[in-house]
Amino acid sequence: MTECLFSAMLAQLPLAAVDWHGLFFLLFAAIACGAAVMVVLTDNVVRMALHLVLSLGATAGLFFLAGSEFVGAMQLMIYVGGTLVLLVFGVMLTAQTQLVALKTPAGDKVLAGILGAALFAVLVQSAVSIEAWRRPGLAEVAAPTATPLGMALVGVRVDAGDSESDRRPPSGYLLPFEIVSVHLLVVLVGAAYLARAKRRRTPRTVELVASVESSQPSRVDAGASESASSVLVETGR
Amino acid sequence: MMLIATGTVSVAHYLVVGAIMFTAGIVCMAVKRNALGVLMGIELVLNGANLNFVAFGSSYLAGEGRPPLGLDGEVMALFVILLAAAEAAVALAITLNFYNNHATVDVDRADDLRG
Repeated sequence: MTECLFSAMLAQLPLAAVDWHGLFFLLFAAIACGAAVMVVLTDNVVRMALHLVLSLGATAGLFFLAGSEFVGAMQLMIYVGGTLVLLVFGVMLTAQTQLVALKTPAGDKVLAGILGAALFAVLVQSAVSIEAWRRPGLAEVAAPTATPLGMALVGVRVDAGDSESDRRPPSGYLLPFEIVSVHLLVVLVGAAYLARAKRRRTPRTVELVASVESSQPSRVDAGASESASSVLVETGR
Repeated sequence: MMLIATGTVSVAHYLVVGAIMFTAGIVCMAVKRNALGVLMGIELVLNGANLNFVAFGSSYLAGEGRPPLGLDGEVMALFVILLAAAEAAVALAITLNFYNNHATVDVDRADDLRG
């Protein structure tokens, strides 16, 4: 009975007249832009990270709405799931009370606001000045792009048409793909090398090492005592 | 609201959203004193540029004829996402190194090389 009533009420609503694509575009665009502006406006670094997650997630929604579902999925998995988790870890590792909310001088804020407004005016003017870009899309549902993307990354373009201009030499992305792969490997090795756990040069470490040495002189091997003495030399310098 | 009634999402709409994110990222990079805040600004800038790539490559948003970039736009967006991940890893490592050595993440305090 209630289902009947519900469906009857649903039929009364003019749902067919609503352009869902435009509605969801407005929703995701509002979230993306609002969260991006909030990242700038807030001083608390933890809230900045939260707003950044919102903004990048809404951007993934915009990618889906543009018909490139593979890039949207990668945005969610790599950006929101990987890069931002990395950033949040950085926030947590450095979150001391006086570092969480570093205030910016008011003069810098005003200057940056003027700079941002000028840059925004230029960008928007150039975005809406070209007539072809303002033409509404045909909104044709294209085929899924995951297969053409994967073929392009191994060097075969299956999306190119048969016209004469498309018969130029194959313009796949095999070499850039390999370069990016090696680049990613080198970068991650370098990041691990840069961020490796080093001995902190603080007096507390020296005290700890000294107490260990004095309490258990027989168990400390030569290497440990040598490193401890080097720590003492470094801090005493 | 006109957008809902007429259903006319075009490339320019995506460009405006990308411009807002790009500008927010630039201002974020310029204003924040926390090194991680500067990193977040970089992420916003890369995403604004990515949005433009996807918009130009989308056949859904294109009018008559093929989209200006086609599949190239999506491949570029994928490369940008990958390189942003690499950049974030290295920048975070540098930030942690700086924090280990100086016990702060305030970029204004990183002036050891000042002549």
